[in-house]
Amino acid sequence: MAVLTPTKNARLDAAAGGRMSLLRSIASPVLVAVALLALFVWLGSIPLDSIEQRTLNADYIVARVQEHLGLTVAASALVAVLAIPAGIAVYRSKSRVFRGAMLGLANIGQATPAVGVVILLAIVWQTGYTTALVALVAYSFLPVLRNTLTGLEQVDAGVRESARGMGMTPNQVLRRIELPLASPTILAGLRTSLVFCVGVATIATFINAGGLGDMIVNGLKLQRYPVLVSGAVLVAAIAILIDWAAGLVENAVRPRGL
Amino acid sequence: MTGFDLSELNEFLGRRMDDILELTGEHLLVVIISVAIALVLGIAIGLLVWDRPIARSASLTAAAIAITIPSLALLALLSPVLGLGWGPTIVALVFYSLLPIIRNTVVGLREVPTHILESARGMGMGRTRVLLTTQLPIAWPVILTGARVAAQLTIGIAAIAAYVAGPGLGQYIFKGLSSLGSKNALNYALTGTVAVIVLALLVDGAFVLISRYTTSRGLRA
Repeated sequence: MAVLTPTKNARLDAAAGGRMSLLRSIASPVLVAVALLALFVWLGSIPLDSIEQRTLNADYIVARVQEHLGLTVAASALVAVLAIPAGIAVYRSKSRVFRGAMLGLANIGQATPAVGVVILLAIVWQTGYTTALVALVAYSFLPVLRNTLTGLEQVDAGVRESARGMGMTPNQVLRRIELPLASPTILAGLRTSLVFCVGVATIATFINAGGLGDMIVNGLKLQRYPVLVSGAVLVAAIAILIDWAAGLVENAVRPRGL
Repeated sequence: MTGFDLSELNEFLGRRMDDILELTGEHLLVVIISVAIALVLGIAIGLLVWDRPIARSASLTAAAIAITIPSLALLALLSPVLGLGWGPTIVALVFYSLLPIIRNTVVGLREVPTHILESARGMGMGRTRVLLTTQLPIAWPVILTGARVAAQLTIGIAAIAAYVAGPGLGQYIFKGLSSLGSKNALNYALTGTVAVIVLALLVDGAFVLISRYTTSRGLRA
């Protein structure tokens, strides 16, 4: 049960766990709309100096949003392609040692601060977009793998045996029984990693990887609060909307029997 | 590419041990203060809403949305109001700690078996008394697990708070970044990151002990 497992990403596991409530599916877009409208009205009502004007225009903002979303989506897609098969492989290897090692590693991974991973990688390798992408993938890999493994293990042994008894091969059991039954847990893991990537992509500004973190950091450094607030509100809006959209997808693709 | 030299790291650690211990202490302190505040607030909110369906789903929804906000964005938003340093750090950490604590308080209080509640009522206890002397102790291990999740979470976020001059080991991580290219960049960032991991694992272990000694004796396995 996501609520009771003490992991760092449990904040997002918990947020993502279970069916998204009706209240949440309405509250999220409404909240974002109100926040963006308030931001827009506020920016329109105050005079902007030349530094602020250079940042607070459509071209600049669209470019930062694109960088941010690009990084987030690319990292999450890579994690999905790499970590889910890896989770299946660990599950099927049936090796206790390997499994234990993976879960142990995942726990240490949870204790590692994201900002540390991003900055360490920048120091030993290089700064820039690729480094941020690698850091994001490395960081989300283990939680998604763990969710895949947990989801597959939670499949009822009786159901698995019935499927075998009906004459299905292990591969058929995996594809037609185990994966569909594990899909809510796997998808919750992906949703977690997606929202998490939006947050870490903000930190990527520290290593010159662009994104909306640029606006936040520039706003802080230059004491231009309109820039800072715009960046922060936009990135929060993206995080809330991505979580919301992923929740809708999760509800839509859940196997009907579940 | 910065070279890595174990003897240099050793020398680095030896020379800065006091500094590292002080930052670790600060890091721990800011997390303890924040989680403690969040525990008081979260349990209070949990006690108020657990039995009211609308208030319950409203507060859980609000907390679940709040927690998706990237931490750098929140810290930055707080800084014009609260300045730099401990203030915005503690407020942000409390903010992120609330979801796991409220959620677990609500779950814990709701999962108390009905027959126990009925026995308590049958013994002549009033509603408030049942809540405080029966439900809360039974829910405590679950609530504490919420605090444990919050602690793990805030240890990581506190590292980012160093960017708004927050206390703790994040300062070493950012010092590593700002001295990029120099001899000690890797030593700083590595020391900061590893110390945060060690701290997180130690705190997690401490929670096992706290849970053991604060759980009502009748509930211990």
